[in-house]
Amino acid sequence: MKEKTYQPGSYPDLPPPPGTVGIYGWIRNNLFSSISNSLLTIISVILLYYLIDGIIGWFLFDAVYDAESKIECRKIDSGACWAVITKRVGQFVYGFYPEAERWRIDISFLTMFIAFAPLLYPDIPKRKWLLWFSLIYPFFAYILIMGGYFGIQRIEYSLFGGFMLTVILGVSGIVCSLPIGILLALGRQSKLTVIRTISICFIEFMRGVPLITLLFVASSMLNYFMPPGTNFSILVRVIIMFTFFSAAYIAEVIRGGIQAIPKGQYEAADALGMSYWQKTRFITLPQALKISIPGIMNTFIGLYKDTTLVVVIGLLDPLGIGRAALADTKWNGLSTETYLFVALFFFVSCFAMSRYSLWLENKLNTDQK
Amino acid sequence: MSNNIVIAAIVAGAVGLGAGYALFSGQAPKTVEKETVTVSSAPAGAGTLDEVRARGKLNCIINTGLAGFAAPDDKGNWTGFDVDFCKAVAAAVLGDATKVNYTTATGKTRFTKLAAGEGEILSRNTTWTFSRDVDLAQTFIGVNYYDGQGFMVPKSLGVKSAKDLDGASVCIQTGTTTELNLAEFFAGNNMKYNPVPIETNAEAQELYKSGRCDVYTTDASGLYATLMSFDNKDDHMVLPEVVSKEPLGPVVRHGDDQWADIVSWVLRAMMAAEEKGITSANVKDLAAKDNKDKEINRLLGKDPLQGISKLGLSPDWAVNVISQVGNYAESFERNLYPLTIQRGLNALSKDGGLHYIPPIK
Repeated sequence: MKEKTYQPGSYPDLPPPPGTVGIYGWIRNNLFSSISNSLLTIISVILLYYLIDGIIGWFLFDAVYDAESKIECRKIDSGACWAVITKRVGQFVYGFYPEAERWRIDISFLTMFIAFAPLLYPDIPKRKWLLWFSLIYPFFAYILIMGGYFGIQRIEYSLFGGFMLTVILGVSGIVCSLPIGILLALGRQSKLTVIRTISICFIEFMRGVPLITLLFVASSMLNYFMPPGTNFSILVRVIIMFTFFSAAYIAEVIRGGIQAIPKGQYEAADALGMSYWQKTRFITLPQALKISIPGIMNTFIGLYKDTTLVVVIGLLDPLGIGRAALADTKWNGLSTETYLFVALFFFVSCFAMSRYSLWLENKLNTDQK
Repeated sequence: MSNNIVIAAIVAGAVGLGAGYALFSGQAPKTVEKETVTVSSAPAGAGTLDEVRARGKLNCIINTGLAGFAAPDDKGNWTGFDVDFCKAVAAAVLGDATKVNYTTATGKTRFTKLAAGEGEILSRNTTWTFSRDVDLAQTFIGVNYYDGQGFMVPKSLGVKSAKDLDGASVCIQTGTTTELNLAEFFAGNNMKYNPVPIETNAEAQELYKSGRCDVYTTDASGLYATLMSFDNKDDHMVLPEVVSKEPLGPVVRHGDDQWADIVSWVLRAMMAAEEKGITSANVKDLAAKDNKDKEINRLLGKDPLQGISKLGLSPDWAVNVISQVGNYAESFERNLYPLTIQRGLNALSKDGGLHYIPPIK
């Protein structure tokens, strides 16, 4: 075979020597680059094996998915007793909502995504029409969930519980607190003394009081202020408290955003002769809200997780349902399984929210930084 | 593009206001309805029976979950010793033990919930104390469970009595009466102990299981429930000593004696039924025939019971209670025997316990 000749300077690059590229090369460079590194790698792999083997075994292979009680679980296998979840999954999701009426919750939940889609994704087709649905959705969901109109059976709020309660509290709180928070943030920056003072008082009071105190006020104190006989559903009271609490935090987050806008922006707007509302609508808020997205989402996720605090005033959110399940003599002692399941639910929903906010940040990124 | 976020925020605002309106407007008719009821049934506090009858349901405040006393089963039906009592009152008043709305309350919110009228009965393992009875303006209608603080130890500790616990480390929930009871007990016996303060019962169980403390102390019924949750429950034991008095009972608001009488006599009827050997199995037969024991006849509505109409109950009230819920012993066995709780103080007086029932005549 004749060797090829090349013009000077046009000799093709030789492939790198074997053992320095690809998986093999990566392993050699990163895991076995020296004797001590190799030892560490081997020890870590052995430790990982035992750890993962034990965890996966407990979670999956040795776990029991169907049994009538904890004792039965233990007889079948040594791993997790997920039967407490599978037997009570309905309770974890719907609380004590009557089984025959649970379709109402399902429909409300699914249509919630349709209602939120035009708000969350500006590029969605037929957005204008969907926005109308978003507007009527709260009434629609209220009637469907509570009942009492159009021949739909009325359901007492004391039957609400589980993930459904978390979603109702969390979503209502989030949706109501954003606009209130924006108004408070604008109010705090306002030149009108009365509005500014009220906003500052509200924000500082709400931030200065622990949420749990507000919940106790909602559950106990408000009863004393109302005329006797008024039955003001605890659910509404709690939603109001959650809303106020997170609105105060949102207001401060947005104020941070407003103050981060360069002064030149305002001056330019003034130079164009914009009114206050035009300035707010076209200059201030679009920029301030964009800057504040991570902070707002932080507050929302915090609020969502704080809904578990309602357990102290006797509402049965997923944690409460879990505790109640553990009080059943059949399942007494399965706290690990129960709490892991609840944790998984919260992780999934909070992670989804945080991913959405990341997506929104990238979408609105105008590369001004 | 970023205008969209403003539009979204504005729409969200409108949605928020709408949601608020929906919730409030939905509330309004209910409020009015309620008010007319209370106005017609003045003076305030009285007329609880009419209110319950008009509603067709009894509102009962129960624990958010306590083994043996109140816990939902897999189907979502509340069961337990305290829940049974709610059912018994519903059976007596409405003739149907299933017509109960359960409202859950924590230890901190239970009294305000009762005071605010969120329930007609508080049946939530509540200890009868002077200040709760007098200062909080509530009526304890009797004792349905005599509890008391006990001690749990691992058998390996080799302790047979609480008097041997000198120098032990004790897991104790802070801020409760049990903390004070513990201090008094050890001081009274000239013993020393090493407290391991904890916040919640669940935390205490973990610390105890891991051996961080030698002794776990709380109410005896709670100890048995904890013991049941252990995988190796044979390695632990509850010591015989009970160091405090915790008489638990249902509570009603001050101001409606008729209602308090109804609730207290439902409890006594259940106990009287046990004393007379009336069970859910034989109550229909006994109610149908003329018994030698006239007290059975009066209880079951065969012979007239003076004053029953003043209570506003139908003559077969006790039959409803016993046939649908059972007598005291049946409720006890159904709910508390699975926790291996013995009758002990909760036996009838004729069996050496503390439950002494006034005659039904």
